[in-house]
Amino acid sequence: MAKVPIQFTLNGSEKAEFVEGGTTLLHALRDKTGDTSPKGGCHQGTCGACSVIIDGELRLSCLTLAETCSGTDIQTTSGLAEAGVLHPLQRAFLDAFATQCGFCTPGMIMAAKVLLDHTPNPSREDVVEALSGNICRCTGYEPIIQAVLTAARANSQNAA
Amino acid sequence: MAIRRGRGVAAINYPTGMNLGGDPTQALVHSTPTGNFMVTLSSVDLGQGLKQIMAQICAETIGVPTDRVIIDTADTDTGPHCMGTFASRGTHRAGNAVIQAAKEARQVMLEVAAEELEVNASDLETDGEGNILVKGAPQKSISIFDVALSAHFKRGRSISGRGMFLIPRSYPEKETGAMKPSTCYAHACTVAEVEVDNETGEVTVLMVKNIFEIGRALNPKMVEQQLVGGSWMGISHALYETTEPYYPNRDHGGTDFNQYLMPGPGDLAQTEIIVLERPSADGPYGAKGPGEMCANPQIPAVANAVFDAIGVRIDTLPITPERILRALKAQAAN
Ligand code: FES
Ligand code: FES
Repeated sequence: MAKVPIQFTLNGSEKAEFVEGGTTLLHALRDKTGDTSPKGGCHQGTCGACSVIIDGELRLSCLTLAETCSGTDIQTTSGLAEAGVLHPLQRAFLDAFATQCGFCTPGMIMAAKVLLDHTPNPSREDVVEALSGNICRCTGYEPIIQAVLTAARANSQNAA
Repeated sequence: MAIRRGRGVAAINYPTGMNLGGDPTQALVHSTPTGNFMVTLSSVDLGQGLKQIMAQICAETIGVPTDRVIIDTADTDTGPHCMGTFASRGTHRAGNAVIQAAKEARQVMLEVAAEELEVNASDLETDGEGNILVKGAPQKSISIFDVALSAHFKRGRSISGRGMFLIPRSYPEKETGAMKPSTCYAHACTVAEVEVDNETGEVTVLMVKNIFEIGRALNPKMVEQQLVGGSWMGISHALYETTEPYYPNRDHGGTDFNQYLMPGPGDLAQTEIIVLERPSADGPYGAKGPGEMCANPQIPAVANAVFDAIGVRIDTLPITPERILRALKAQAAN
């Protein structure tokens, strides 16, 4: 099958790849660009582990065809830390012990980031709603909810 | 038809490790040329934090900072023998093996330091920060970095140790059947409060209060993390997890974790955790195994709370709306 050229921005740097038609963005990110922060949990859109941000929107990379992403701006968890300093969400997840096996963590952080980008002061219900598409089998969710609320407070203090 | 409230309590004992053909775990410890310590194990870290705990145990025993310890959980083809990472046995079994191996390595380290400082090894102590000092004369000291260099390049010594921890198999006594299935037990007690809708059969767990007695908490925040997750898993066992509806007929059962669901972030009970520390006699620095134990007491506590709410005993798990409605129907018929 003919390969399709795609170009996109990944965490601020330009990427150009050739992918087979029908390749998922998850596959292209992990196996072409080497960014393994999006995880493949179910490959069918139910677990949220593959979540990435495309042009500011939360998307499941396992259900997104790579060839539809040309010209987009993609963010993943591996691009969050700046100059070795963790993003407030990453810091909060660590401090709240909100990660155990870690498989759900990048997807959770992406979902939380989109929430905080749109709703800087979320209620607990907002956080629960935002995370409800992401499955975690380890933590019981409560530490994750607390981490997101803590990161939101840290953000609003920095902004003030 | 109404929403009924109920409250239930349950307490459990839970053994650490198992008693089949004996329960062994081995560990090896050796120093790198620069005085870091490598622990080789066949136990694994799957998110419960085994690497961190083993690093703490090794560091405490040798007398170095935790970040000087590297844990290699290797692979079971090549690593020292371990029965496996299950039955809440990792901290207890592997931890004891690491202590034994680290003690042997520490002894060699002190012997090399003694030769360098021209003193007796029994007169030396560690400061926990990477140095070895003469007791009572701390100005006379050597860094562990230099001791390792000396061992490797000058004295031809291997700063290393072997560790083995075995709980031997316990056979039942012929006459009485008495046996000792475990040497170490963790304990827990849970109070659960539920609401049961006697029209739909739905159960909502409003709150659980748990007390866990887990020996010494070697890393309190990680213990709490296990207990919070475990308490949620216990509620999940009680109300959700099943390969049903028609087991053993698998036709309509869940096939993966997307269908074999646990409570989601919107279904969480208000959860309280209290930790009691009663150090165990044979645990590494007093630890017991909190891993699986913490997901057990919620199950009978929820079942008791359901009984309290609607007066019927559900004796099959999980407590599904279907089982509740059938039990209520049977009760009404009697
Ligand atoms: S891998 Fe994409 S939602 Fe599970
Ligand atoms: S930390 Fe293991 S799945 Fe969430």
